Amino acid sequence: MTLPRRRFVLFAACVAVPPAGATPAEVAALIQALVGDAPLKDGLIHLDLPVMVENGNAVAMSVSVADPPSPVEAIHVFAEGNPLPRVAVFRFGPRSGAPRVATRMRLATSQTVIAIAKLRDGTCWRDSVDLLVTLAACIE
Amino acid sequence: MVRVLINVPKQIHANEPFEVKVLISHPMESGQRRDQMGQAIPRDIINHFIATLDGETVLDADFFPAIAANPFLSFSVVAEKSGTLALTFVDDHGVTQTELTAITVT
Repeated sequence: MTLPRRRFVLFAACVAVPPAGATPAEVAALIQALVGDAPLKDGLIHLDLPVMVENGNAVAMSVSVADPPSPVEAIHVFAEGNPLPRVAVFRFGPRSGAPRVATRMRLATSQTVIAIAKLRDGTCWRDSVDLLVTLAACIE
Repeated sequence: MVRVLINVPKQIHANEPFEVKVLISHPMESGQRRDQMGQAIPRDIINHFIATLDGETVLDADFFPAIAANPFLSFSVVAEKSGTLALTFVDDHGVTQTELTAITVT
């Protein structure tokens, strides 16, 4: 028995659709859950990422908080356009020299990357970078 | 077991922050890719990283599939005296690996 061609094409089209990416709304909901009622302000935290990315498979990212008024509890990084919006969570302990971390991340498409710093006094700080990705991290 | 490269500065002064760089040899399979037969390749990443200095936490990180293959991590540590820096990785199979590095404060 052969599969009717039209049905096969329809089936293949349904299966071949890549997993939908995260949306800014989804990231906003994650941030809302993280921050809660605390005030979320721009500044203090600095997210360093290139604005033009040639290869999305490994993008150098660094995030730091300069002169925090109270110790930094954690830094969360989100990518709005990746299939999964969460990138990493960094929690700093008593032996941490400075709230500063560098790593390499994947970027599926041109998007906004957001970093949130949560301080021990309850305040939350935000920084974001809009970037263009030429070669996306391979989903294939 | 994964291969790990750890870089610690030669000269460390007490109570002065210094950078530790870590390079882990790991594919960090995201779980988003498919093989030639169209089958999903199962996710296999290092999802948790903990750095401690003589039992005191330096950095406790959660990784998600958006961390690139062969993860690189650089972070800051402050030491009062010489000790042992322990770096622990946990992967998706629950396998835990710990690498120890001596820290000499001058």
